[in-house]
Amino acid sequence: MEALTAHLSQLGHGLVTTVELTVVTTVGAMLLGIVVATLRIAPVPLLRAIGTAYVEVFQNLPLLALLVLFVFALPTIGITFPLFTSAAIVIAVYEGAYLAEAIRAGINTVGVGQAEAARAIGLTFGQSLRHVILPQGLRAVIQPIGNICIALLMNTSLAAAVGVVELTQAANNVNLVEAQPIAVFTGAGLAYMLLALIIGQVTGLLERRLAIVR
Amino acid sequence: MNKTQQILFDEPGPRAQRRIRIATVLGAVLLAGALAAAVYQFASHGELAAARWEPFTTWPIWRYLLNGLWATLRAAAATAVLSAVLGLLLALGRLSTHRPLRWLAGAYVEVFRTVPTLLLIYVTLFALPQYGLNFPLFWKLVVPLVVSNSAAFAEIFRSGILALDRGQTEAGLAIGLRRGQVMALVVLPQALLQLAPSLVSQLVGLLKDTSLGFVVSYTELLYSGQVLASYTHLLIQTFLVVALIYLVVNASLSKFARVLQARNGRFGGRRKRRAVELPPALLEGNTPR
Repeated sequence: MEALTAHLSQLGHGLVTTVELTVVTTVGAMLLGIVVATLRIAPVPLLRAIGTAYVEVFQNLPLLALLVLFVFALPTIGITFPLFTSAAIVIAVYEGAYLAEAIRAGINTVGVGQAEAARAIGLTFGQSLRHVILPQGLRAVIQPIGNICIALLMNTSLAAAVGVVELTQAANNVNLVEAQPIAVFTGAGLAYMLLALIIGQVTGLLERRLAIVR
Repeated sequence: MNKTQQILFDEPGPRAQRRIRIATVLGAVLLAGALAAAVYQFASHGELAAARWEPFTTWPIWRYLLNGLWATLRAAAATAVLSAVLGLLLALGRLSTHRPLRWLAGAYVEVFRTVPTLLLIYVTLFALPQYGLNFPLFWKLVVPLVVSNSAAFAEIFRSGILALDRGQTEAGLAIGLRRGQVMALVVLPQALLQLAPSLVSQLVGLLKDTSLGFVVSYTELLYSGQVLASYTHLLIQTFLVVALIYLVVNASLSKFARVLQARNGRFGGRRKRRAVELPPALLEGNTPR
């Protein structure tokens, strides 16, 4: 226990970094997911192909390989960002592929009549998507999106492997000094479980408030 | 044209076709622009020089990378077998009629679904050795992966078992089978068939997880890439080739999962038709026609 309390600020910083990384990448991945899902259902074949390629590539590459490529290899062609930004970009791009698929599944649940009605009153593809399809589609997949956000939270720990000092790395650093692995790692594990619980509660709340009962 | 697209737009008329053509050209220009920017970026830093790519046409480099891939596949296979077995036991535990067993299995699954695998790897690397548990390198990667993947497998198995019609269990019990027998003879064979696509998709996730060997210095594909890059100084080329190998292997697995999915649909369809054909007398006048 002392190992935890003595390094509370260090662990706290790690926790804050994890939360920041999670929030920033969730927002980024959500926006990307909506764009990619839109591409995948667009009337233009080329755009559909781009959307499909995006999902195929980023669902089939290991996140760690992407992080290593981005952080260690891209500087050789002159592309450098601060470490936190790099990690955030890569995780957002990676999780965006998963969110795109979840959102597409949500769009599939919207009744054909809704889309037909939208067209019948003269809405364009973009308008019917924005005002009719997406609001309903997103509400149908709140639960899966919540699960992806929990996976995203766990994946932010991989940023540790390329040098971001977030919760996992902070716990590791503290343990290397204190040699109190049980207390330190259990503490970090509990923090992750707590964060996952919060995400689960928020999704549950959103689902109860927003879900459409058909 | 599948269902998704049909619900969102009609067969394009002349104006829509013109818009589609414009959007195609714009998209192509943007794509070409992005590619050109990438090529320029590579070229201006001398990374396109033939000498920097040529090594990847030689056998020694490929033999080294394929060795890494082989190690990746070995770790993935060991993880898959162990976590599938453990996951099945956990799922059965969660569905058991014994309260303590149910509670223990439930706690295991809930904990290890929400703790990052990397944290588990750090525990295996830095904590367990202090307590005399110093695994060989291979198991330092596989053990934490099994711990976290078995929780994921348990959830897949559980959902598959729960999704099966209750009548199947009731019928088994009615003909005098014990609960264990019903599970082994009736429920699991059907649930596993239905779950085959999800299980294969989970394999993709598991194979991606083995890249954490990078952290434990187990020479799987990603770490092999790292070693190779620090030896040849061909950083970006090596990691791009490594990414391409992952992409090919995992995309094939994903494709296999989709094939299984399609096949499952066909199985279901055939069963349904046969059920309709069997008692024609009962169904007369009931079939929608």
